Amino acid sequence: MDFLNGTFFTELSFFKDNAFLIENMDLLVEGLWTTVTLLGISLVFGFVFAIFVALARLSKSALLSYPAFLFTSVIRGTPLLVQIYIYYYGLGILFSQMPEVRSSFLWPYLRDGYWYIAFALILSTAGYLGEVIRGGLLSVPKGEIETARAFGMSARKAFLRVRLPRTIYLLTPTLAGETVLLLKSTALASTIAVVDLLGAANRIRSMTFEVYKPLLLVAVIYLILTLVIEYVFKRIEKRIPVRA
Amino acid sequence: MYDVFTLLGFGEGGWGPALLKGTLITLQISLGGFIIGLIVGLLTAAAKLSRSTPAQTIANGYSTICRAVPELLLIILFFYGGSSLINATGRWLGFGEVDVAGIPVAILVLGLVQGAYASEIFRGAIQSVNRGQIEAAHAYGMSKRKIFWRITLPVMAPNALGGLANLWVYIIKDSALISVVGTTELLQVAKQAGGSTKEYLIFFGAAAAIYYVITLSSSYLFKLLEDYLRRWQPKH
Repeated sequence: MDFLNGTFFTELSFFKDNAFLIENMDLLVEGLWTTVTLLGISLVFGFVFAIFVALARLSKSALLSYPAFLFTSVIRGTPLLVQIYIYYYGLGILFSQMPEVRSSFLWPYLRDGYWYIAFALILSTAGYLGEVIRGGLLSVPKGEIETARAFGMSARKAFLRVRLPRTIYLLTPTLAGETVLLLKSTALASTIAVVDLLGAANRIRSMTFEVYKPLLLVAVIYLILTLVIEYVFKRIEKRIPVRA
Repeated sequence: MYDVFTLLGFGEGGWGPALLKGTLITLQISLGGFIIGLIVGLLTAAAKLSRSTPAQTIANGYSTICRAVPELLLIILFFYGGSSLINATGRWLGFGEVDVAGIPVAILVLGLVQGAYASEIFRGAIQSVNRGQIEAAHAYGMSKRKIFWRITLPVMAPNALGGLANLWVYIIKDSALISVVGTTELLQVAKQAGGSTKEYLIFFGAAAAIYYVITLSSSYLFKLLEDYLRRWQPKH
């Protein structure tokens, strides 16, 4: 009986010690949702943007290739946090000083840190992925594209049906790594008062004076998200047709 | 409205000296973190390639966690965790509360994060060393330590250098995250300057330009170093 009481008590104190987690569950769920949507938005839009960046980099016209080169170089050569601050503080304050912007329908979005972070992440993804996709596009064998053209496909169709899918197939393992890096970058949202996972942990810390537990819990959630990303990409990789 | 050149200059009301000092601290943190990262990375790579299962498990767990959890979270965690650990040790040794300076903790934190990435680079580079060369060194009667210094290290160095150059650029960029815990490196100085003059765009733009110059010139220097380390390899 004593033994049972003992375990009962330890269990009770576990819940008592960690009650702050249950009380703040909605904050954590909100944070998780913000992190996941940020990841999704920046991955989808960043990827599309990155394809254009890669095409511009490969263009024969210096008017297209040089700006694209400068873009990727600056995005990859400066800290993401500095870029976020430039958009959020630098541009944000400029916007708030312009009455025509304040009265426009965009103002609710331009006031919210979420959209600044989404913008920064999309541009950053475009810069990093643009370079990756450029390499992928170059490694598609020329013969395949020529074959597609010989079948009477237009240049655009050959790109969309042959070159791009082949590039994506080649790059799936790299894309998995880039997505994990992007997940980690979303944590910077907490620096401009957006409640993402890390932002939620910081809020709980300041409300409950628990120093480590919220951070450790959120670290575990990030770890799980990483495993999920890797699993999803493994599944995609398996579906890619390969010649045996 | 201020003039850009006065604001960024070294004269009165100029933030030039502060930005320069911030840049030096950024370089100091990055260099310190990079060196610690190299040491931790080599040790972790050695543990991963060792025959001991517990060492492998610890090394793999460490590098998985440090590569899956955002650096910012690790910095906050290690920063507060690290300072209370140092304080606890200080109390235990009877020194009382030690005021933990930001810079050493920042170096330690960045070094631990870097070590995880460096270990993967070293592991790949060490594995790419031809076994035959190590066996040949054995046959010549070299000791294990000598083989490491004379064969493994020089052969793998050019292979590892490309990855390490990337890591150095990463650590310069990651060092900006240290500003979140209040160390007055480059970004923190820019933030303070922007806050007091309300000219955020100018100061964050200047900080971005300084980071850009540092990363560009270090990429160039690493390229020269790699060419030097590869001088004995056949050209193709």
